[in-house]
Formats: sequence, structure tokens, C-alpha cells
Amino acid sequence: MNLRRVLNVGLPPAAFGVVFVVAWEAVVQGFDLKPYFLPAPSAIWNALIDNAELVRNASFASGANALVGLLAGTLLGITASFLLMRFNILNELVSPLAIALNAVPIIVLVAVFQNMFASTSEIPRRLMVMLIVFFIVLVNVAKGLRQVHPTHLELMRSYAASPVAILTKTRIPNALPYLFTALKIAAPTAVITAFVSEYFGGRQNGLGYFIPSNFANSKNAVAWAYVIGACLLGLTFYLVSVILESIIKQRRGAAPGGETT
Amino acid sequence: MTAVVIKDVSKVFNVGKPNYVDALVDIDLTIEPGEFVSLIGPSGCGKSTLLRLIANLIEPTVGSVLVNGKPAAQARLDQDYGMAFQHAGLFDWRSVEKNVELPLELKGWDKARRRARAQEMLELVKLPEFARHMPWQLSGGMQQRVAIARALASHPPLLLMDEPFGALDEMTREHMQSELLQICASTETTVVFVTHSIPEAAYLSDRVVVMSPRPGQITEIIDVDLGSGRNEDTREADAFYDSITAIREALRGIGHAEIRGGMDDR
Repeated sequence: MNLRRVLNVGLPPAAFGVVFVVAWEAVVQGFDLKPYFLPAPSAIWNALIDNAELVRNASFASGANALVGLLAGTLLGITASFLLMRFNILNELVSPLAIALNAVPIIVLVAVFQNMFASTSEIPRRLMVMLIVFFIVLVNVAKGLRQVHPTHLELMRSYAASPVAILTKTRIPNALPYLFTALKIAAPTAVITAFVSEYFGGRQNGLGYFIPSNFANSKNAVAWAYVIGACLLGLTFYLVSVILESIIKQRRGAAPGGETT
Repeated sequence: MTAVVIKDVSKVFNVGKPNYVDALVDIDLTIEPGEFVSLIGPSGCGKSTLLRLIANLIEPTVGSVLVNGKPAAQARLDQDYGMAFQHAGLFDWRSVEKNVELPLELKGWDKARRRARAQEMLELVKLPEFARHMPWQLSGGMQQRVAIARALASHPPLLLMDEPFGALDEMTREHMQSELLQICASTETTVVFVTHSIPEAAYLSDRVVVMSPRPGQITEIIDVDLGSGRNEDTREADAFYDSITAIREALRGIGHAEIRGGMDDR
């Protein structure tokens, strides 16, 4: 039953993917497109096999940048959201800023960070990922801690519950789904931020360096092999966050934002 | 000892501001143990505010509220009452039994004692087989029963209910009313019950407190003489219709203009 559902959902897009790749191959072969314009899937596949070790290493380097930034940003975001909940004045200062920053391409800050550290340092790009993740987590978790159902608060007050009990038994569980929603947004963003940051310069070991440098050297098929690595890395981050989110949603009956009754 | 004594209570919201509201003026009300008292009136008459004053969720501007012979604030600290709202307010990350255990958890009971009491309460509201379910797996009526089980979990002498059946369909609602009467009779709980529904007030109550808005005050207190053994036949008895008529006429006395321009009564 479950397998059939997976097939029903998964088969059409998978079939489309196969058709797409075959058509791509046919177009490249049929029109005799030059490799510098568009390499054939078979050429990309060969390049991937030949450079498997290099693509893997670059993927791991980018993955490490994204993961370290993601974890640091999440921890920092959670900490800050507690402070915001506790001190209203902070909330009034930071919340509009956090929302405004979402509309600004703060990625350019990576150039500023690069200036601060050695050219071989991994720190600037991880800082950049951390910063972007931080604001995503902050905005969402702060919302989850604040937007507790009024009935829940009245109920806890009727029990003469202590502030600590209100926090641990009401606000934190309420904010948990908001955290996982934030992670689902932040995880792919972390990967993209890592790529872009690597492209900006610094140590030459990540996918964000190898993709443009191989194109620049007219090794287009190899560059495409790195693109495949980038896709796989982004998908991995996204899938893990989706699975985490679905676990908590399952327990709570798919209630958006963690609210049912 | 009386269950609730409200003496010369007034409540003003936004004191000293242009948008101040006289929510309640000169309220006097005494409720005896074991009594079932309903508060009824149009929106803005302050019936929910009065309930929250008894619960000490808000403080009166003037006057005093005694619950179980002590100040309302102390009664709240001692968990002398349980409360149920229109919104069942179950915590969706807790199973049904863990929801019922919540007030006991806050009282510091150990796990075995909590579990046993939760089981007892779920049997009282006829949901023992749903202990391990999550709230979202239950219908609205069942969720409200869990909320009642939770409100009564620490065996408080007083139950405060704010339109608990307001969101239920008519059939479920009548069923829940009968269940509530049985539960209160078996546990000898005093109930203060806020409602919009005239038949509901008549069916459940020993006394119905009729309130009027702007400023919120008590206009009449009606004794409902239907005896203690009320059942589905009661709903077709002449005395039931007489009570409904009495409540309706008391409400009509308040005037249509007041009823039309309602505001939220919190």
C-alpha cells in the first residue's frame, strides 16, 4: 500500500526526468552541439566518474561550510529568540530589522568578512551562512514562543503555574514546529549561501569555486559534474529538514504552526 | 462555608484612559456549595469578566471576591477551582491522559498517582479508551470532555465554565449537558457556568443570573425549580418551559437596543 503510494507519487516525475535526459542527449547528438555550448549527459556522466574523488571532496567542503553555519546560526537564533521573548524592548528593536534584512541581499557582506580573515580561512563563508540562518530561525522561533493560544495562557494562570512552567510546558512546545519550519527554509538556503560565498573568493576547495573555474577553463563537462554534486548536496540538506519536520507534524496531526484544538 | 462570595465588585478596564469601559458595576452574588449557577446575558454584559474575577485571572477594581472562604488570589494558588473554556485548550503535543495530568503535574504529584487519577477522570467523562490518543484525533465534543476531566482532575470543589459547549452542535451539546449534570452530581462540584443559551441555562441551573450590558450588572436572579434528577424528559416538562419563559422575559427587559450593539465581553 505504502509502496504503491510512493510509486504513484514518484513515478511520473522520475519518468519525466529520464525522458528529459534522453531528449537532452538526442538534441546534443542530433544538432552536433559543441561541448563548450552544452555538453551531452553522457559526457557529463563520464566527467563525473573521472572526477568522482574531486567532486566528492568539493561537495564535502561546501557541505561542511553549510552545516557548520546552519548549526551555529540555529543555536544563535534560538538563544536570541528567548532573549527577545524575555525583553520586549529587544523585540521592538530587532524584529523589524530581522524582517527588513530578509529583503536585503546581505550575501554581499561575505566580501567584508573576507577582508577580515586570511585568504585561506573557511570562517568568512561560515559566518555568512550563520548570519542568514540566524535571522530565519530568529523570526520563526520568536513567533512560536510568543503566539501561544490565549486559552493556554489563561489555563496556566488558573493553575498558578510558575513562569518557568509556562515556558517549559507551553511556550517551548508551542515553538517547536516553528523551529522545524524555520529549518526547512534555512537548510537549502544555507547550501546556496555556502556556494555563493565560495564563489566570492577565499579558500579554493568548494563547489562554489570549482564550478565557475572549470567553466572558465572550458572544461564544461567537468563543471557540470560539479553542478550535479551541488544538486545532490542541496537535496540532501532539504530532505533531512523535511523528514525532521514531518516527524513532528505526524505527532501533532499536521497542524500548521502547531495548533489544533 | 459558602463557595463564592462576591461583594460590591466593580471592574473598569483602561482606568483613566479615553477608552475606559465600565465592565461591571456593584455586583453582589453569593453561591452555596453544590449549587449550579449560570450567568446569562447579551454580549458585553460582563459575564465572562465576572467568571474571570472569580478565577482571579483578573483583579476587581473595587470590592472583594471570596472563593472557598479565602481571597480569590489564594484560592487560585491553592487550585481550589478547575476551569473550562469554549476553546477546549488541549495541548496538542500531549496525549489525552497527559493533558488531564497537567494540573496534577503542576501540583507536583508523582507519576503513578497522576496516571491513576487521569484514568479515573477519563472514566468519569466516559473516554477511558482514548487515554493514549492525541487531541487532534478526537471530535470537538470529546475534546471538551477531556477539558472537563482536566478541570476536575485535582478534585476541586468549584468548576468555572466559560461557554464550554458554545462551539458544539445541538445534539452533542444536549448530550454534554446531561453528562455534565451527572458528573457534577457524583462529584458534588459547585459550578459557575457562562452561556448564551436560554434552554441550556434553564436545563442545567439551580439559579440563573441575568445580566445587562453598559455597565455590566445583575438585573435579576431566577430560581429554576426542576429538582435534582434531571434527564431528557425534563426538556419536555412544563416547568422547563416556564423557566425558559422567565429567563427570556428577564432578558427582554434589558431592551433590544442593548442586545443589538454588543461588544466583546472580556
